[in-house]
Amino acid sequence: REASVPQFGREQSGPASLPAEDVSTNSNGPKQDSLFDDDPEDLFAEATEEVSLDSPERDVLLSDGPSPAITPITPPTSVITPRIESLTVPVSLQIEEEEGGDSFDIHIAVSDPEKVGEFSGTFWHLRDKQDSSGTSLSVFKQGEFSVKRRFSDFLGLHSKLASKYLHVGYIVPPAPEKSIVGMTKVKVGKEDQSSNEFVEKRRSALERYLMRTVKHPVLLKDPDVLQFLESSELPRAVSTQALSSAGLLRMVNKAADAVNKMTIKMNESDAWFEEKQQQFENLDIQLRKLHASVESLVCHRKELSVNTALFAKSAAMLGNSEDHTALSRALSQLAEVEEKIDQLHQDQANADFYLFSELLGDYVRLITAVKGVFDHRMKTWQKWQDSQMLLQKKREAEAKLQFTNKPDKLQQAKDEIKELEGKVQQGERDFEQISKTIRKEVSRFEKERVKDFKSVIIKYLESLVQTQQQLIKYWEAFLPEAKAIS
Amino acid sequence: RLWCRGPQCCMMGYLSVSLQPRAVNVDLQTDATLQVDISDALSERDKVKFTVHTKSTLPNFKQSEFSVVRQHEEFIWLHDSFVENEDYAGYIIPPAPPRPDFDASREKLQKLGEGEGSMTKEEFTKMKQELEAEYLAIFKKTVAMHEVFLCRVAAHPVLRKDLNFHVFLEYNQDLSVRGKNKKEKLEDFFKNVVKSADGVLVAGVKDVDDFFEHEKTFLLEYHNRVKDASAKSDRMIRSHKNAADDINRIASSLYTLGTQDSTDICKFFLKVTLLRWLCFKIEARVAADEDLKLADLLKYYLRESQAAKDLLYRRGRALVDYENANKALDKARAKNRDVLQAETSQQLCCHKFEKISESAKQELIDFKTRRVAAFRKNLVELAELELKHAKGNLQLLQSCLSVLKGDT
Repeated sequence: REASVPQFGREQSGPASLPAEDVSTNSNGPKQDSLFDDDPEDLFAEATEEVSLDSPERDVLLSDGPSPAITPITPPTSVITPRIESLTVPVSLQIEEEEGGDSFDIHIAVSDPEKVGEFSGTFWHLRDKQDSSGTSLSVFKQGEFSVKRRFSDFLGLHSKLASKYLHVGYIVPPAPEKSIVGMTKVKVGKEDQSSNEFVEKRRSALERYLMRTVKHPVLLKDPDVLQFLESSELPRAVSTQALSSAGLLRMVNKAADAVNKMTIKMNESDAWFEEKQQQFENLDIQLRKLHASVESLVCHRKELSVNTALFAKSAAMLGNSEDHTALSRALSQLAEVEEKIDQLHQDQANADFYLFSELLGDYVRLITAVKGVFDHRMKTWQKWQDSQMLLQKKREAEAKLQFTNKPDKLQQAKDEIKELEGKVQQGERDFEQISKTIRKEVSRFEKERVKDFKSVIIKYLESLVQTQQQLIKYWEAFLPEAKAIS
Repeated sequence: RLWCRGPQCCMMGYLSVSLQPRAVNVDLQTDATLQVDISDALSERDKVKFTVHTKSTLPNFKQSEFSVVRQHEEFIWLHDSFVENEDYAGYIIPPAPPRPDFDASREKLQKLGEGEGSMTKEEFTKMKQELEAEYLAIFKKTVAMHEVFLCRVAAHPVLRKDLNFHVFLEYNQDLSVRGKNKKEKLEDFFKNVVKSADGVLVAGVKDVDDFFEHEKTFLLEYHNRVKDASAKSDRMIRSHKNAADDINRIASSLYTLGTQDSTDICKFFLKVTLLRWLCFKIEARVAADEDLKLADLLKYYLRESQAAKDLLYRRGRALVDYENANKALDKARAKNRDVLQAETSQQLCCHKFEKISESAKQELIDFKTRRVAAFRKNLVELAELELKHAKGNLQLLQSCLSVLKGDT
């Protein structure tokens, strides 16, 4: 089907026949559907083109594997091989012309050594390579296979998980954000630095999202997740459209929630929760501040790289016009050194960004999810209180009815009371359950957070170490040239 | 009036620094007959007072060692007196030191003072320290620039004998030199316009002498390129400082996170913070050193190459005058009128031109020697400093990594 779009001169790369794991579901969708596509971005579905994805950063992220939790890419099996070969060839961003969905090259390595055995899943072309050995979860097929997933599928997965688990207290990792501008640029075929960066940024975000999701012991077993990882065809996630009725409903609900939150005054009997909530508030503020600083650093470093390059050229010119030979040569050398340093700055900026900044962004969003979970607990408490109050009222009403001669109504009241008593009990149970779950989740979250930050910071520091080593090399090479001026 | 000895700075910029003789941008032969340096400097709200210290065996001076206090305007007066002196037309006049400019730094300090309430005590103290260090660096730089000017004059075989110079060094009262008023500044402006127009005309005249023709072309191109390189290096260094400021903010955020957090991650963050802080200091110092070595060097030679261009202009002007005088003489002889006058005039022009040419040649050769030596010195020092910082940084990073990795 990809080949059937002639208008943009698309070439098919890799094996033309993508056999069984085909393009997901563009079977349902006559043209008029395009208005109600998954993403508002898909309004530009017509203007799609190939984008080459030779991002070096991806290789860095993929091949580096200092943390034991990430399995390095295992040598390809026969299934994978043809695709890997196409790695070196510009790989196309398959974009379904009709629905305008978008699929990505994603390559995730997921492993959970604490769990049973090694479990790794990799997505390539949203191919999911799962290599489970000795896992007791029989749901996973052996061997490797891949699936294609669109961005909207990820969002769909998240919304399903959120609706199932958030209100009972599980911290569901938030999905990456939509970005209309970035996506449009890619779709319109603007093949420049920023659109490549955008693609890489999104790919990396999706990878991290999936990894967080599958690391969660409860979410991992969820049938939706399994389906997402395994099945070659996925029903379209319709409710992720921002402008759909479901989307609007979501927005209204969110607003209502916000109002409710302000009006709920909970008698917090558990000091732990109060303390934790405060902690997360503070953490939120600090992380946001930190994130902003890191983003500023990335920006300034890029600027520094540009200015260093300009200076290098200028120094070269100066060296040219200098008529003392040795000095002229030294100045040219200086220009070269500065040019190399400029490249270093650029690489450093990338590391700043991909390692540090994105991590912080993820955590800012995660904390929002955590806060949401706390809010749900409050809501559960509120529900419980409400049913209790209602019960109280009904009991009073029943007491009053005792003195009237209306046996039917009395019976009805008694029935209602019984029902309500059950509800109250359920409410209390729910509340306790959610409190328990949250405690577990929070402690898990904190452990994960420490691990996460630690591993990222170590990686980041290692990149800094490399930069310094390079710098030393360059300046050591320059020094004798400078000394040789006579 | 409040001043404190030692490199401490109160909020509004009262600063006094005791200074050792510093390495300067120029490699100068100083001899015992005349040694000049700036031994002390005091920065008050809107002016800087330099203590000019002289040691001399020359009979011209009443004592063999003495000091006076001078302000920036007096340096300018001295410089201008050289420029306006016809006798010195054949020499490269050492460029005047730039005006001390603490405005930016003072503004930052002021903003910091205003924002004191909105940050923690530690943040405030650290930022204050950084800004004070910056202020101190600018201060040292301006002192160095003024000192270099004086040393150049003292090292010049002819200029060192100048009477105004001796007065400058010795007269221990205020020289009552006021800065130029608006009218004078306007006059200067027009003078410069005329001069540059004239300069273009004069430059167009081809010189018979190969040496000077070559120098003219060379200097023109060189001056422009130095200007460009100087501007670009300034931008680069500013970016570097911005990045360093960011790292500083990141470090303080990490610190707050570390102190807030009651979990295990706290110790971790604190370690990282310490590391970050040191990295920031190193980055800031790298930026500052680059500044001193590279940017100052380029700026200085920008001014010097301008002074050299001025010399060539004066010579060119004298050549044109000489040729015009020759033509006038021929005309006078042809008409047999005012011949004596024309002859005297022509002789004067000839004499002036030859005098300038003679000294100019040597001056330009010296300029080259000085330039090469200064570049060499600064480039070597720049490379050595960069290495030192990179190695320090590396060690820091590696030790921190080993601690972090060892921690489970």
